[in-house]
Amino acid sequence: MSFPVAYPLILGAILFALGLYGALTQRNAIRILMCVELMLNAVNINLIAFGSTLQAATAGQLFALFVMTVAAAEVALALAIILILARREKHIDIERVNLLRW
Amino acid sequence: MLLTALVFIPLLGAVLLAFFPKERTQEIKVFALIASLIPLALVAVLWGQLDFSQPGMQLITRAEWIPSLGISYHLGVDGISFPLIAVSALILPLAILASFTIKERVKEFFLWMLVLQTGIYGVFTALDYFLFFIFFEVSLVPMYFIIGIWGGPRREYASLKFFIYTLLGSAIMLVGILALYLGSGLEPRTFDVLVLAERANLSPTLQWWIFLAFFAGFAVKVPIFPFHTWLPDAHVEAPTGGSMILAGILLKTGTYGFFRFMLPTFPDAAQAFAPVLAVLAIINIIYGALAAMAQMDLKKLVAYSSISHMGFVILGVAAMTPMALNGAMFVNVSHGIISPLLFFVVASVIYDRTHTRMMDQMSGLFTKIPIAASITAFAAFANLGLPGMSGFPGEFFTFAGSFPVFTTLVVIGALGLVITAGYHLWMMQRVLMGEPRGEAHQDITGRELVVAAPLMVLTVLLGVLPGIALGLFNEPVAALASKLGGM
Amino acid sequence: MVELAWLIPVLPLAAALFIALFGHRTTGQGDRVGIGAISVAFLLSAGVLFDVMQGGRAARSFTWAIHGGLELNLGYQVDQLTALMLFVVTLVSLMVHIYSVGYMEGDRRYKRYYGVLSLFTFSMLGLVLADNLLFMYVFWELMGLCSYLLIGHYFEERANVHAANKAFLTTRVGDVGMFIGIMLAFAAGGSFRFDELSAAAASGTISMPVLTLIALLIFIGPVGKSAQFPLHVWLPDAMAGPTPASALIHAATMVAAGVYLVARSYGIFAPAAEALQVVAWVGAFTALFAATMALVMEDIKKVLAYSTISQLGFMVAALGVGAYTAAIFHLMTHAFFKALLFLASGSVIHAVHTQNMHEMGGLFRKLPVTGWTWLIGAGALIGIPPLSGFWSKEEILLEASHVNPAVFWMLIAAAALTAFYTTRATYLTFFGEPRNREAYEHAHESGRVMTYPLIILGVLAAVSGFFAGPLAEFIHFGEPHHAEFDVFVFGTATGAWVLGLVFALGIFKYGILSRRKLISALYPIWVLLKRRYYIDDLYQSVFVRGMVGLALLSGWFDRHVIDFVVNAVAWMTRQVSRYVNEFDRGVVDGAVNGIGGAFVAGSRLFRRAQTGLVQSYVLVLFAGLVAGLAILVIGG
Repeated sequence: MSFPVAYPLILGAILFALGLYGALTQRNAIRILMCVELMLNAVNINLIAFGSTLQAATAGQLFALFVMTVAAAEVALALAIILILARREKHIDIERVNLLRW
Repeated sequence: MLLTALVFIPLLGAVLLAFFPKERTQEIKVFALIASLIPLALVAVLWGQLDFSQPGMQLITRAEWIPSLGISYHLGVDGISFPLIAVSALILPLAILASFTIKERVKEFFLWMLVLQTGIYGVFTALDYFLFFIFFEVSLVPMYFIIGIWGGPRREYASLKFFIYTLLGSAIMLVGILALYLGSGLEPRTFDVLVLAERANLSPTLQWWIFLAFFAGFAVKVPIFPFHTWLPDAHVEAPTGGSMILAGILLKTGTYGFFRFMLPTFPDAAQAFAPVLAVLAIINIIYGALAAMAQMDLKKLVAYSSISHMGFVILGVAAMTPMALNGAMFVNVSHGIISPLLFFVVASVIYDRTHTRMMDQMSGLFTKIPIAASITAFAAFANLGLPGMSGFPGEFFTFAGSFPVFTTLVVIGALGLVITAGYHLWMMQRVLMGEPRGEAHQDITGRELVVAAPLMVLTVLLGVLPGIALGLFNEPVAALASKLGGM
Repeated sequence: MVELAWLIPVLPLAAALFIALFGHRTTGQGDRVGIGAISVAFLLSAGVLFDVMQGGRAARSFTWAIHGGLELNLGYQVDQLTALMLFVVTLVSLMVHIYSVGYMEGDRRYKRYYGVLSLFTFSMLGLVLADNLLFMYVFWELMGLCSYLLIGHYFEERANVHAANKAFLTTRVGDVGMFIGIMLAFAAGGSFRFDELSAAAASGTISMPVLTLIALLIFIGPVGKSAQFPLHVWLPDAMAGPTPASALIHAATMVAAGVYLVARSYGIFAPAAEALQVVAWVGAFTALFAATMALVMEDIKKVLAYSTISQLGFMVAALGVGAYTAAIFHLMTHAFFKALLFLASGSVIHAVHTQNMHEMGGLFRKLPVTGWTWLIGAGALIGIPPLSGFWSKEEILLEASHVNPAVFWMLIAAAALTAFYTTRATYLTFFGEPRNREAYEHAHESGRVMTYPLIILGVLAAVSGFFAGPLAEFIHFGEPHHAEFDVFVFGTATGAWVLGLVFALGIFKYGILSRRKLISALYPIWVLLKRRYYIDDLYQSVFVRGMVGLALLSGWFDRHVIDFVVNAVAWMTRQVSRYVNEFDRGVVDGAVNGIGGAFVAGSRLFRRAQTGLVQSYVLVLFAGLVAGLAILVIGG
């Protein structure tokens, strides 16, 4: 069965664009986080798509798994930070957060 | 392997202790005690494995560590270090047991106590200068915290004084170590203690300077007059367990330095320096005893008596005859047993009951707490060198061995025996005898008896049969003496 | 039997340990254990003595310490001197042990008393058995400890503790001299053993000046322990202890140890003629000197104390003039009669509860057993024939008259004074009118547990003099030496004691010479004697004060000078660091700040870009990426 590689790539590009848009424009930290996840998954789709096309067997899938693991860890960490932020500042608006600024 | 286990099991214990909830003080105490009893068991095994009829290093553990700089992980034990290790392995659990009365920040305290043990065992087994220096400092830091956090009212001053004194000393010693490393003329360069002692090719001038640098480090630790004033302060402010370890073991790391590093590595400089050393030793003996007599604070009295006794060790080292060196080693061992006992009874047993260390505020303890007072009297007589207890053979051998070398000085030093007897008797007169005053106290508890009893038994055993201890270190000491060209 | 000699000291030691650990759980608080152990030890000693008389000897040693290749083989030996001493010590100690059951009854530290008594006996027996100076020193010091504990038995009284300290410290001064002597002997002779040192001395391995020095230094020990001038001051004060303990200290153990030491190491002393001279003079002077102070004491025990010092002077002088056998003989007879006198005085004190003889008087009727036994002891002390003291004193005088006339005359004078003060004490205590009616009425003879030891010792004090002949065969240094009867010596000695006796009776019984007039006539001398020649005051103000002063000075020096230097260094370091800080800020920092300032100004400009908003960063990042890609695509 042959599956045009362009399809998943297009899907990935759309997802990535959506994610990027969200990450750049949203002010709610959770939403930004979700958008970042979206971008990561877009990359995953690309990886798998290329992996199946280039006959490089498992490499693409392996990387996808790596990314998912890292993403999970990242989400856990980010959520923890956001939680503390919420407790401390009573909001999660990143434009109003400047604790580390000079 | 055995030595590695000996050194690092307390550290492992400290790591495990970190996981205990800090409210579970009872479990923490018991665990710390067990962790410090394991080395004692290992020492018993060591005793069986070592061959004391030969002078060299045994059970050597060696691994490359930083080969490019000639640094290795190198441990070993011989007849000189073993008795000190054995005394440490005995005193440390007892010090922990004596510290069961600690109420504040219990977990931290016992954590430091365990870390301290690694430093101590490391100092006595390390055969690499770099490694030795690390352990030397590791033994310093926990003591700083033990004095500084759990000490008496002037603890900050005392702990800082202790820290700066010893740190300054060891900093100068570090310079000496580096000079030895760079100036030994060996290719490839090495930090190996044994190799340097055997083959280092130092110019006389360099040897002098390095000797003095080492002297600075160890003289502070011993302590030798006039580098001694940290000791009374540190002792007075330290909690009982800390005092016991300080007097019983940490002072010995200083004298051990003379035996392990200074005499074998710089024999010529040591011989040239010996008369000065002997004079300082006699000053230590007499001056320490006189200063002890002037004290009204019991702990200070004991602290100055330690200074006085370490003078014997230095005298023996300076004389360099087999008998004098044996005597010095013997004083090391016996003082390591007697002074913790004395500190324990005056600073813990008596203080916990009377809540004072001032002698003029006590009276008639013989009547109020007969058993505890008898133990105090026992320790005092042991400390003043009464024959039949371990204080005597060491003093006797040191004096008799040094007599042909430094006749006049020994005669002067012997007069110190009267002063020593004097301040002990006056102490007993003020504290133990006379009419009892104040409210009644409970006599010694079972736990306190467990701390005191082994020390008392050993004191008598070594006093009656000094051959037990002498048999351990006689061979290496004889080898050392013949290297020094002693008689 | 002689192989079991090592058991003799071990038994009292075991008893002492047992009493210390379990005494409070046994009936009688351990006194039975102590008495039992010493009884067995006594029987063993008797057996050993018998064996040794048959020619049995024993010696055993073991490696006590090893230094390099040098092994110190030390141990014990049993010869004639040892066997005799063992017998005397265990006998007197046994008497004291039994007597104390009555005397110490109800004492608050009864158990401790018996424990120390056993330990004391152990120390003395160990000392007697030792075959070397080192072990002897060990037991010597242990005895110091025991005497300290016994003298300070009633430690609630400050004066008693003071007396205990004085005893320990004074004897310790002597010990230090002896200690140095031992070290010198070891350095010169290479051994601690008596036999080897004697051989070295005899063969000339040790040169004569060194040998003399060794002997003199070792002699300082006995000067302390046997209370010879000038270290005699502790002994009268040692009366602070319980009376039976005084008997033990003064008769059989502590003070006898000094004489025994000289006798034991006579191989070192004998060749050193000059050292022996010193020994003789010190002994003779002490004998006379102490006797003068005994004249004026009011405390019955103090009289006996000074008499002990005086009699020890006799023994030491005997050793000094080479009368080895006579010294040991006198040691033995003195042990019996002095123990007897002390125990009898204890019985008196027990009855009237005072030690002041001026509050006694007429007690002979009330205390017949005590009185009779005391009379025997006093007669022996004076040297009335045929009591034991006569024979031993006669032998000493005989020998002294041949060797050193000056010593002889001093001893004769001392003998006259001895007769005087002994008669005085006897009369004041037992005869005349009771001066304290109340005490007299309440006085009654002590129980049998106290009187039986008195009787036994009384018999011994009476008859032990008859063994002079066999003893001379049994104990001797070099060839056996038989004393030849000498009319001159006998006459002088008899004249001396008769004179003293008559004088004393004349003053105290018949009132021919008024005591008061005598005192007022000789007032300065009387005060001098009363104040013990001011020697105690001298020591107190010079040595004790001096030592304390030196101690305070050292303490002060440590606090204020050395610590001052330390703190000053710290302060200076801080000051220096402050200047360094100034320099740092002014000069070094000036340069650094100049450069830094430029960067600061520049960075102010650029920091505007640093909004802290991640999104703007990401936007820029993305823009950059797009731009890069565009260049790559278009340019590529």
